[in-house]
Amino acid sequence: MYLKGENEPVRECQYNQICTRTSSPMETPHQKRRKVKRKWQVFPGRNKFYCNGRIMMAKQTGVFYLTMVLILVTSGLFFAFDCPFLASNLTPAIPAIGGVLFFFVMGMLLRASFSDPGVLPRATPDEAADIERQIDAANGPSGPGYRPPPRTREVVINGQTVKLKYCFTCKIFRPPRASHCSLCDNCVERFDHHCPWVGNCVGRRNYRFFYLFIVSLSFLTLFIFAFVITHVILRSNRTGFLSALKDSPASVLEVVVCFFSVWSIVGLSGFHTYLISSNQTTNEDIKGSWSRKRGKDNYNPYSYGNILTNCCSALCGPMPPSLIDRRGFVEPDTPQPVTHSNGTSVYSSNPVHSHVCDQDQCIQSTKFVLQAAATPLLHSQPQVILTGAGAPTLPEGKLSLGGPCTSVGPGQPSLPSSIPSLTCAGELLALRDTDAHCRHHHFISPEETPSPPAHPPPPIPCAAHAAHVHPAQLYDPASQDSLHEDSVRGLVKLSSV
Amino acid sequence: MLSGPRTATDRANLPYCHESFHNLQELRHSASLANKVFIQRDYSEGTVCKFHTKFPSELDSRIERTLFEDTVKTLNNFYAEAEKIGGQSYLEGCLACATAYLIFLCIETRYEKVLKKISRYIQEQNEKIYAPRGLLITDPVERGMRVIEISVYEDRGSSGSTSGSSSTTSSSGQ
Repeated sequence: MYLKGENEPVRECQYNQICTRTSSPMETPHQKRRKVKRKWQVFPGRNKFYCNGRIMMAKQTGVFYLTMVLILVTSGLFFAFDCPFLASNLTPAIPAIGGVLFFFVMGMLLRASFSDPGVLPRATPDEAADIERQIDAANGPSGPGYRPPPRTREVVINGQTVKLKYCFTCKIFRPPRASHCSLCDNCVERFDHHCPWVGNCVGRRNYRFFYLFIVSLSFLTLFIFAFVITHVILRSNRTGFLSALKDSPASVLEVVVCFFSVWSIVGLSGFHTYLISSNQTTNEDIKGSWSRKRGKDNYNPYSYGNILTNCCSALCGPMPPSLIDRRGFVEPDTPQPVTHSNGTSVYSSNPVHSHVCDQDQCIQSTKFVLQAAATPLLHSQPQVILTGAGAPTLPEGKLSLGGPCTSVGPGQPSLPSSIPSLTCAGELLALRDTDAHCRHHHFISPEETPSPPAHPPPPIPCAAHAAHVHPAQLYDPASQDSLHEDSVRGLVKLSSV
Repeated sequence: MLSGPRTATDRANLPYCHESFHNLQELRHSASLANKVFIQRDYSEGTVCKFHTKFPSELDSRIERTLFEDTVKTLNNFYAEAEKIGGQSYLEGCLACATAYLIFLCIETRYEKVLKKISRYIQEQNEKIYAPRGLLITDPVERGMRVIEISVYEDRGSSGSTSGSSSTTSSSGQ
């Protein structure tokens, strides 16, 4: 698909046209223009989508399949080997109740795993530019060597001061209680934690499903554990203990699985019941955001003050819709960021706007390439997932719960820790001049880097070369002037970091 | 940057038409996008969806303050209604839980119903009030409920295209 070694300006324009044609070889250019993609196909996060965008999960789903297997196998063995005996010797209500519990558990698990946790869509380019302007206006003029202060906004919620942090990836000020999941690379509203067992983030839209899943799973585990023990006891009353075990070997496996799961699952249910009743998220609890230790006047501004109201609002509150509109169609006029889609590179399917290659475009594209260069650097934060109980609390919100549900704290650092990344981008800037906008980020192989052209070609081939996230954003001529200003300022800013 | 289809054929080809304003078609053809104003969220009451009612200075010459504030206040009321926790929402939640949330395959949630009302309201406001003044409100749900985006159009016929860029040059002049 790539034509390696194409590094002449004239050929680059042609290369781009060839590139778009080869991405769909059977379609004529006329048909290509009319083919629209669904938004999930150009989704910038690291999620996986199935069933044409109806199902949304995290990238790593291995542990989710383990969860499914454990539940299915244990329940299956219970219904196959223990239930016939129990139904005939005790009551048929046992398999009936077990069946209802099982279906409820599976339903809640699938609902928690497959739904959108409350992902916030990333800012449109205009929005991002507007926020940048506001931040610049707030910070004042920047001279050389000036380090911009951390991008935060303070807001008073119910008498408590809350700091809203700026997300460099999504280019938004995160709403209160939202957090950026570094595994899924999305900002999630009311972020609780990323649950590998469920294979998804747990946030505003699927917290109730997650909670009902763990509560019903606790009941199911206890139910199976209790009745398998009952079964073995009843059998051993008749035939002796060892022959009872020989007659139903599956019971041993079930007891072992249930015994080890029940501690962690019941513990987790208890923990989340506490969180719900105090209207806190796992994230806030781990960080101690509202704990008394921070200050006498520190209290949770989101709590309704009443346990019942807190529970009802979390479990029976209104169900907000998904903001990312996965199955909607991408508008052909709207510029789309070039992103990964289920592991494959997707290029902007926008028709190439036939802009004249000029200096303005060149500067603008330099800025975007540099932004793109900065963004992957910020992604490469070491992620820590701690498993097992008893790990000490670490700062920055990384902690293991005493249970199967390990949590990953939000990965988006505040500005001071991310300045090295920006400095790196700044150094990259120092290495290039504005003409050399087609020099790529260091982790693209050198042979793909074209030589800087004398006359800069249009920005699209440059963005199309990139194998990683690059915002190949196109602007219509009407806002070109403002963007020229922005991009020049962007270059000055980066060089001063 | 226009967020909607340019021609009637484009609109007809799209499976959804969130901006099918016939009179705005003429606006788009005759006017060029000069600027976008963003009304941010007001988090002073927590995470409920509410927007600042402060009148932005860029719209000073374009629309009356009271009209703008009415629009934003009505939108805030709609969102408050959607997110209200009370008898009806509890009933809906409990019923949904009892049916293992399968009931949402058949019926719409209250939130979705209110969002449709909001969409109709914004369309009506655009047609009656904002389009004649060369403005266009984008439904916040399309911006992740973060901002109310107001696109400011300049008439291509007039030479007053500096007012859009002047707001950017004033903040960028260093």
